[in-house]
Amino acid sequence: MMRSMLFVPGNSAGMLLNADVHGADGLILDLEDAVAPGEKDAARRLVQGAVQTLGFPGATLIIRINPLGTPYVEEDIARMVPLKPHLLMPTKVASAEDVTAISTLVAQAEQKTGLPQNTVGLIPLLETAQGIEHALEIARSDPRVKALFLGAEDLSSDLQAVRSKEGAEIAYARGRIVMAARAAGIDVYDTPFTDVNDDDGLQQDAALARALGFTGKAAISPRHVAGINAAFTPSPGEISYAREVLAVIEEGERLGKGAVSLRGKMIDKPIVDRARKVLQTAVLLGLERGAL
Amino acid sequence: MKIVREAIAGTLESNDVFVRVSPADKGLNIQVQSIVLGQFGAQIEQAARQTAQMLGVQNAVLSLDDRGAIDCTIRARVETALLRGAEVQA
Repeated sequence: MMRSMLFVPGNSAGMLLNADVHGADGLILDLEDAVAPGEKDAARRLVQGAVQTLGFPGATLIIRINPLGTPYVEEDIARMVPLKPHLLMPTKVASAEDVTAISTLVAQAEQKTGLPQNTVGLIPLLETAQGIEHALEIARSDPRVKALFLGAEDLSSDLQAVRSKEGAEIAYARGRIVMAARAAGIDVYDTPFTDVNDDDGLQQDAALARALGFTGKAAISPRHVAGINAAFTPSPGEISYAREVLAVIEEGERLGKGAVSLRGKMIDKPIVDRARKVLQTAVLLGLERGAL
Repeated sequence: MKIVREAIAGTLESNDVFVRVSPADKGLNIQVQSIVLGQFGAQIEQAARQTAQMLGVQNAVLSLDDRGAIDCTIRARVETALLRGAEVQA
């Protein structure tokens, strides 16, 4: 489970060296937009060395690769799969066919390396109008797809929309991608908040993302990691309420009651499910003891 | 592998190393400048030499300007510069 995913430029030796000190649950080592076209070869080798040497234990390791149709994607996959990242992030994914093409290349690299099939998962980056409209088919296209990720900057450009902090222009895309991912039973991650110096704006944006159903959110700056983690961590009040809900339900079952209430509100299945999810997240984050 | 042209890799940023390679006739000539030359100069040179040998480069001049790079960074930058100097696409 990732609350935060921190972008780390693949050709920056210093940022790679310090990538895992900021508390991000996931690291996105970036071979795409953060790397100039003439430096793709250098970035691949630097990322290769960093992963093999530093390993980044404790973080979910994601490598963002260049899009299909570029001269870099095949080499990206061939060289990154042997590093066994948890996830590869294919970019500008527009259809299920795109995922199939990527998955085929990943399977070939796994076979060549002697890795079991489906060792490496995918988190497609949807950042075009076509990608958003095909979100459900992309989410269901391949067992490698573990999550979807919304990229609002390229999407806004594709939509010919004006990007804003409030995000009205991506409201539909956010709803659509969450709906698709949840319908497919996978996780979903929100686009980064790009104003590095606006902490209040980040808090509002992360809180909105959580309220909309996102699993977590990406960060382009280490400064944003703590704020995102906080927004996606159940509060003590939420944990306490979830405990109360489950206690009331258990008590109701013991007494053979068909319906139970808490603080004057009827407790139905969605509330119980949500309470279980809160406690499950709390256990995963070490905030609560108990079995998952 | 034969170095056929001058090539560079890396940066002068902190924790990185800037590597320049150029063709040569007789053996490997490795020059190291580093902010930690006294403590790690020999290891830096060894990392560069091992990388060149691994790639089968016998003749080249390698100039390294180190800004506190760790071993894997040095090897990655040297490998990139050598492959570029040999005009090998990878």
